[in-house]
Amino acid sequence: MQDGVSIDIRDYSLWYGKFQALLGVSAQIKRGIITSLIGPSGCGKTTLLRSFNRINERYGNVTTQGHITILGKNILDSDVSVAALRKRVGMVFQRPNPLPISIYENVVFGMKSHLPQAERPRAVLDQAVESALREVSLWDALKDGLDRRATELTLEQQQKLCIARLLPLKPDIILMDEPCSALDASGIERIEELITELKRTFTIVMVTHNMAQARRASDECIFMLMGEIIEHTPTLDMFMNPQNSKTAAYIEGRYG
Amino acid sequence: MSSANPFIPSSYELNKEKRARRAKWSTLTVTVALLIPVALILTLIALKAWPALSWDYLTGDVSRSGAAGGIWGPLMGTFYLTLLCLAIVAPIGILAGVYIHEYAPDNAFTRAIMIAVTSLAGVPSIVHALFGLGAFVATLGMPKGLLTAAMTLSVMTLPVIITSTREALSSVPKNFREACWNLGASRWQTIRTIVLPNSFGGILTGVILVIARAAGETAPIMFMGAVMWLRIAPAGPERLMPYGLNDEFMALSNHLNLISKDIPGMPEQMKFGSALVLLTLILFINGLASLVRLRLRRRKRW
Ligand SMILES: Nc1ncnc2c1ncn2[C@@H]1O[C@H](COP(=O)(O)OP(=O)(O)OP(=O)(O)O)[C@@H](O)[C@H]1O
Ligand SMILES: [Mg+2]
Repeated sequence: MQDGVSIDIRDYSLWYGKFQALLGVSAQIKRGIITSLIGPSGCGKTTLLRSFNRINERYGNVTTQGHITILGKNILDSDVSVAALRKRVGMVFQRPNPLPISIYENVVFGMKSHLPQAERPRAVLDQAVESALREVSLWDALKDGLDRRATELTLEQQQKLCIARLLPLKPDIILMDEPCSALDASGIERIEELITELKRTFTIVMVTHNMAQARRASDECIFMLMGEIIEHTPTLDMFMNPQNSKTAAYIEGRYG
Repeated sequence: MSSANPFIPSSYELNKEKRARRAKWSTLTVTVALLIPVALILTLIALKAWPALSWDYLTGDVSRSGAAGGIWGPLMGTFYLTLLCLAIVAPIGILAGVYIHEYAPDNAFTRAIMIAVTSLAGVPSIVHALFGLGAFVATLGMPKGLLTAAMTLSVMTLPVIITSTREALSSVPKNFREACWNLGASRWQTIRTIVLPNSFGGILTGVILVIARAAGETAPIMFMGAVMWLRIAPAGPERLMPYGLNDEFMALSNHLNLISKDIPGMPEQMKFGSALVLLTLILFINGLASLVRLRLRRRKRW
């Protein structure tokens, strides 16, 4: 595997029961940048994204074929622990899904499921909460109310919290499935700022339906259509100079 | 590629997996442990009832206080009792459930009704029997018989239907209702076309539970006209409909109760025979309704 590649996908296919949602896709997603997955509804963006931390498997009757190499290991191998994988590859969902417990407990939830009690004394947890919330710029707003229920926050704060709770686990990759679709314009702007900030530390893969957002926020774009990857190029190239006529049609808004 | 696996679980995570497996196994064990006694009871009853079982046992008349003959009279009694009870309690209970869930404002009155319903569910069946006797027979002057017994059973099973109806209705997402209202549908139209059809499965569950209870209860009916023995017409339509609404009647649960404790020297297979028939009847009805429910659930997707 080349250096600088974070997720290496080779001939990867996925079936829901008999329906094949991904048809042998291949791509190399680079480390330390933001890659957007774009394409019309139902083309398999979410399916591909969820494959990177194997969240798909919970749905039952999902079968896969091919390779997805992360950190030099095919994550589809049977000796991969999904818990360990999900620690390195975190996910932010379309609708903010903070757990119905306190803000503090939301942030330390991951640590509690990965670290033995002895390795997470109160001071360590406190420290982790502060630095995670600082990183998503929620600390000043929330520091005096960490006991509040996370579900009482505004949607924007909830989504930031959902990002923050991944950080104490020190992931390498953060997956986001339309992270802004539940937010208003200013919320979108601030989440995008945050994502841009985060890419210094993480590889980010983001599904979006918003062409302007893909253009603003991402470094590379992958255009998908009916379970296949049609085009994967730097964002600017894709928007200025699409190679495939279908890509051109989509980003000009002729379908989708 | 032969690099080291970066996704091996830490010892803490391994431990956690072990605990997760243990949790899975213990839940499974408890579930199986629950099934064992049921299976044992069923087998035991079936084995002991075996010598008595025959077509003649089902369709024959009770004779010698149940020591011989069949159980046709009690079987018919239970059938009509349950049917009558359902005919009374299902419409009342479902309408009450609809009112409470869909119309009633959230105020003290509604809450009082709900508390009353919940308390009613906790009242022992013997108390319901006394209530039926006091209300229907002593106060209203109705005769003891099939109808008053069914009415007593209805009072007893009302909370079951109301509660399950409410739960079924609340499982229909609110945004369907909003969509209907938005298109100008009245509340009742919304309920009739969208809410009720989509909560049918849950309501049916309540109905099943009512059938099972109505068919199985002894206490509420034994004061209300259930008797040991009646002459049943040997043939003709009267054999299929042996009891009028105000007539005394026989019922399986009562029959089983009497032959099991009141009559000395009762052959064992006769007792277990009626137990098995009662049980099979209830299981059969439950199974049927579960099947319907399963099909309905498979149809629905949101
Ligand atoms: N759990 C599932 N079971 C069966 N089929 C599914 C399941 N999830 C998705 N699919 C199907 O797989 C295909 C790809 O779905 P996917 O959710 O990945 O699309 P998407 O590109 O994310 O669409 P959207 O933009 O609407 O989110 C669709 O045809 C969808 O119907
Ligand atoms: Mg999607």
